[in-house]
Amino acid sequence: MLQTRVKASKILILISFVSLIVILIASLSIGPTGISLTSLLPAVEATIWESSSVEERRARLVLIDLRLPRTLIGAFVGAALAVSGVMMQGLFRNPLADPGLVGVSAGAALAAVATIALGDDLLSGWVSLFGIYALPISAFLGGLTTTLLLVAAAGRGGPLMVGTLLLAGIAFGALAGALTGLISYASDDRELRDLTLWSMGSLSGASWDKVAAVLPFAILLLVALPATIKALNGFLLGEAEAFHLGINVERMKFVIVGLTAAAVGASVAVAGVVGFVGIVVPHMVRLIAGPNHTIVIPASAVIGASLILAADIAARMVVQPAELPIGIVMAIIGAPIFLHLIIRRGFTA
Amino acid sequence: MHILSLSKIFCQPKYSFVVFALIVTFTVLSGKSAFSKSKPEEGRISDQKIVSIGGDITEILYALGLGSRIVAVDTTSLFPENVLKEKPNVGYMRALSAEGVLSIPASIILVSEGAGPPNAVAALKASSTKYVAIPDDPSAEGITRKIEAIAAATGVVPEGKRISAKISADFADLAKKQKLISQKKRVLFVLGVRSGRISVGGKGTSADGILQLAGVENAAKYFNGFKLITSEALVAMEPDAVILMKRRGNHSGDAFSKLQAVQLLSANKNGYIREMSGLYLLGFGPRTPDAAREVMEWLYPEITSKKE
Repeated sequence: MLQTRVKASKILILISFVSLIVILIASLSIGPTGISLTSLLPAVEATIWESSSVEERRARLVLIDLRLPRTLIGAFVGAALAVSGVMMQGLFRNPLADPGLVGVSAGAALAAVATIALGDDLLSGWVSLFGIYALPISAFLGGLTTTLLLVAAAGRGGPLMVGTLLLAGIAFGALAGALTGLISYASDDRELRDLTLWSMGSLSGASWDKVAAVLPFAILLLVALPATIKALNGFLLGEAEAFHLGINVERMKFVIVGLTAAAVGASVAVAGVVGFVGIVVPHMVRLIAGPNHTIVIPASAVIGASLILAADIAARMVVQPAELPIGIVMAIIGAPIFLHLIIRRGFTA
Repeated sequence: MHILSLSKIFCQPKYSFVVFALIVTFTVLSGKSAFSKSKPEEGRISDQKIVSIGGDITEILYALGLGSRIVAVDTTSLFPENVLKEKPNVGYMRALSAEGVLSIPASIILVSEGAGPPNAVAALKASSTKYVAIPDDPSAEGITRKIEAIAAATGVVPEGKRISAKISADFADLAKKQKLISQKKRVLFVLGVRSGRISVGGKGTSADGILQLAGVENAAKYFNGFKLITSEALVAMEPDAVILMKRRGNHSGDAFSKLQAVQLLSANKNGYIREMSGLYLLGFGPRTPDAAREVMEWLYPEITSKKE
């Protein structure tokens, strides 16, 4: 069994990397304008020298300014959400744990909704200060604030209690949801439509500024994630056992919670609320390759990125020239896969 | 065991490949049509191909006689009724996809100032296609400003002047007649009835705007936006008249008149309850003066029958 798992992990990593590369190329070449990667060279030329050709400027706008940032953001969001799912499930030793569960998404969404609905009056200073970045920054701060409140509630200066954290997360999520509901009740129908669309998630607002905004978070996750692998594997046995393995349990809990807030906050900030990645991807990986986080974390990141990018290609092509919110596409793809996995293999992972 | 687990492994990524295969099919099918007409066209202004983003803009373009030049619209373009069926649809005006809009071969994009998201709008502005922002202000002056901006961008200035002059004259006439009203009637605009609760238009809504133009008082002026009220609140408001929004294939009138509270209203006893098309009444386009006049004539027949 162990040997097949090792073999399976190797094949899984290989397949997922190959499919990520294929999907990255597809994401750059497919779009409603019909401009494909063959226009890349003129597009790059147009970027370096100020081109006067309409055709080249068009290729540049579509490939370099629209699709490339969109692909990068999509890959980040997919990887970040999948990895935060892994971290949450590992920390809570609960297969249903999801970034949404501890209220981080709800907190981020509340801040974003407040910015959309109150941007014209109450929060106008905040909005004029940050312009079009007011929304992403609010979402990130909302996610972070919720996480800090959670840690304060569950820690109270002492050790972080996982049970309290989970329940407090549900309570904070409910409270943030209620406040969000209150704001949408008070908003007009145009704002309401904005809120609904935003809550369904989309990558269509991707731009180089947003790439720059998530870059620090991407680097932080890349650097810090390897350090959590040992702790997450230790937590699989239980906290006491992890402690006896020489893991600084309390510190690692804070690190994992903080990393999750950063990953989810940054994702919600650039793409709105996109569900299912955090729960489908890690389960898929564990069912195939087993629970070792040395495999689960990188494989989840790569598969999460591929999944989001595939969903995004569908989102922009199916109803073109309009676009579907990616959250809807994700749920349509993700929910059946998840059901299939549960029914075929049982919920044993 | 080996074969079994291998098959399971291949089972999982298969999904992404299936999705991928579907996507490739979509692209081949849609790419073909996009390729064949992807060059933006310059040239004589009468050959202009227009993308219209905003229901009011589409309506005004048709009023200016430019309907045939429109090559794509957004989902808020509900008048004339067949536009959405006949023309490609770029989605909701506040959730545009920049690449989707750019895939339409057009020479000019007319965009309502309320369009979004900001990044998509910025990308459209940066494209080589001419981009014109049209002011969006639900008032009498707003309508004429809109018409003149659209006429200027599409090269039909005289026609635009003619229509906006007519609309200004209509509004001036409405304002004059308003002065003759001795006692303003209180009117409630009902958007719809959901499981016994009534959705009505408060202050700051387009319904409030049209009621003001018609010289009536909004019975629901105590709150902002469209809100759900209870039957009891309806009785307490005691409006002189009720306007129900008529939707396609949906008779909110039936649901409304079945409410017990409605039986108590004097508006019901006096027969001052009627349905009106939502697009006509709330659109704030070229038909707005007509809609306002219709409401005024209905409620103050003694004033509007005085012919000059």
